[in-house]
Amino acid sequence: MGNPNVGKSVIFSRLTGVNVVASNYPGTTVEFARGYMTFKGERTEVIDVPGTYTLEPTSKAEEVACEMMKKGDLVIDIVDATNLERNLRLTMDIIDKKMPTIVALNMWDETKHMGIGIDVKKLEELLCVPIVTTVAPTGEGIKELVLRLEEAKVGGIKGRTEHERWDEVGRIVGQCQTLSHRHHTFLERFGDASIKPLTGIPIGIVAIYLIFKVIRFIGELLVGVGEGLFDSIWTPVMMRLSELLGGSGFIHDILVGKLIAGEVDYGQSFGILSTGLFVPLAAVLPYIISFYLILSILEDVGFLPRFAVLVDTIMHRVGLHGFAAITMFLGLGCNIPGVLATRILETRRERFIAATLLAICVPCMALTAMVIGLVGEKGGQYVAAVFITLFIVWTILGLLLNRIMSGESMELYVEIPPYRIPYFGTLMKKFGMRVRQFIATAVPLVLLGVLIVNILYSLGIIEFLGKIVAPLITSILGLPQEAISALIIGLLRKDVAVGMLDPLNLTAGQLVVASVVLAMYFPCVGTFAILFKELGIKDMSKSVLIMLISAFSVGGILNVIFGVLA
Amino acid sequence: MVDLAYMKNGQSGIVVRLQGGYGFIRHVQAMGIMEGKRVTKLVSQPLRGPILVSVDNLQIAIGYGMAKRIFLDVD
Repeated sequence: MGNPNVGKSVIFSRLTGVNVVASNYPGTTVEFARGYMTFKGERTEVIDVPGTYTLEPTSKAEEVACEMMKKGDLVIDIVDATNLERNLRLTMDIIDKKMPTIVALNMWDETKHMGIGIDVKKLEELLCVPIVTTVAPTGEGIKELVLRLEEAKVGGIKGRTEHERWDEVGRIVGQCQTLSHRHHTFLERFGDASIKPLTGIPIGIVAIYLIFKVIRFIGELLVGVGEGLFDSIWTPVMMRLSELLGGSGFIHDILVGKLIAGEVDYGQSFGILSTGLFVPLAAVLPYIISFYLILSILEDVGFLPRFAVLVDTIMHRVGLHGFAAITMFLGLGCNIPGVLATRILETRRERFIAATLLAICVPCMALTAMVIGLVGEKGGQYVAAVFITLFIVWTILGLLLNRIMSGESMELYVEIPPYRIPYFGTLMKKFGMRVRQFIATAVPLVLLGVLIVNILYSLGIIEFLGKIVAPLITSILGLPQEAISALIIGLLRKDVAVGMLDPLNLTAGQLVVASVVLAMYFPCVGTFAILFKELGIKDMSKSVLIMLISAFSVGGILNVIFGVLA
Repeated sequence: MVDLAYMKNGQSGIVVRLQGGYGFIRHVQAMGIMEGKRVTKLVSQPLRGPILVSVDNLQIAIGYGMAKRIFLDVD
């Protein structure tokens, strides 16, 4: 346990070998994670909980922490050594619960360059619990922590009331901590500059611009590599398989797909082994790699909370505070962690607004990659049209929800961690974990999606459904009725859904309409499950209703606009 | 005695009063802003945006409305 952003998750990973996402901002962990370590020769469960300032929770994530603590037998209290006073406040509360406790004085390396000296022996005496100094990312002190775990004991503290507690903390800190003068570092000065409005807003804009440039650059580079590999290695294999299967037939079409002009076309063939592998691995994976590489660096450096402060005023207009911007950022990778991260928001109303806006208007990287790939063929301005539309809808919908929904939004109150130079090892671990997670969860779903499409087509179900909803799709959205197949598969995976637009030979305008509607109309199955879990059935239904209505109205409006332009 | 929102950037002062209910006071205190503490205002965002202060070794962003309820004696 411990305050937010003190390194609990990194220590947890060190103790158990279980990888969890850790970053340099408060509120990275919103749910508990479970792992095992050997303690006194026995397999012992270790729980990583979200950070909290007090044992009286103010957000859903903090609730999780307090609940879990009640179930534990021993608390490892992680303390940020550079902020002893505030951190000890929670330590006192934990000790007061009469739980055997051991304190890990983390970020020990930073105290040295910050000119902070702490008398560990003295602190041990005063708190009556063992204390170990640690540097989590390098693993320093972790061994000692494990060795001394059994020394953990119920400590003793004075002070009953809130006020007395703080006084006691003040006394303890006064006795064990010495401060010496030091100079400001470059990182600190840059940290200040990036949060002052005059310099911060330009820095923010340049940073965001560069971030997306770099993501796109790396993404395109890797797409090129992926396509090359598929063309040179996989195409001959596919052609051979096609020959073996006789060039057509049900099995052939499911595995290899339809041959386009006698060739395998990864965009249009739609076989499990052709398009089904190409979409996740060659079209989407490159962008996943490039996005998570950049996101992981931004997280560990500490850019996100500063960004949150800069956009706080704007976010308040849509009924959220700046920290919700971080959930949107995460949502750009995948909506699922984005929705989960809404737990750091304090009220139900904020969580509803944030989750709804996320699910409707924040395209995940898989969808984005396909839109860039497919719509981008018609020209960059159409890709821009898709994203600008989503952004406008985000704004309008946010304003409306803020007006309609009762209640007020909380104000921003959050600590801004110092800029830190990321530890390469922990950074790469996190990055690798996210990429593996994508491959493990997305690839099977894409394959399943392609399989379902093929079956639905061969049974004539798509044609049948197409006829039923034709009025809606053709008249309002101006799309051919075959587009229904994309809408159906979009329930499973949106990247495959966009891929299905390829064989339909749509105009640029139609592609924009279809992409926007696909992004908005309904969450993919994974996001749907998380929305259900986080919001409950009632709020989720409301959220979904908003999605359907706004998707079709926005699609309709776009259709009219493109109709006029054409 | 002035509130935090009124203070100028760069000014520093001692917190004398947190105006609000039990919940508000606990919420604010949790991160270390409490009576007797020295707080320095670093930056304020335009249009009643959040205010950045430093307390101890920590930087904290505080919403404008909350800052209005934190009173300090400026030196």
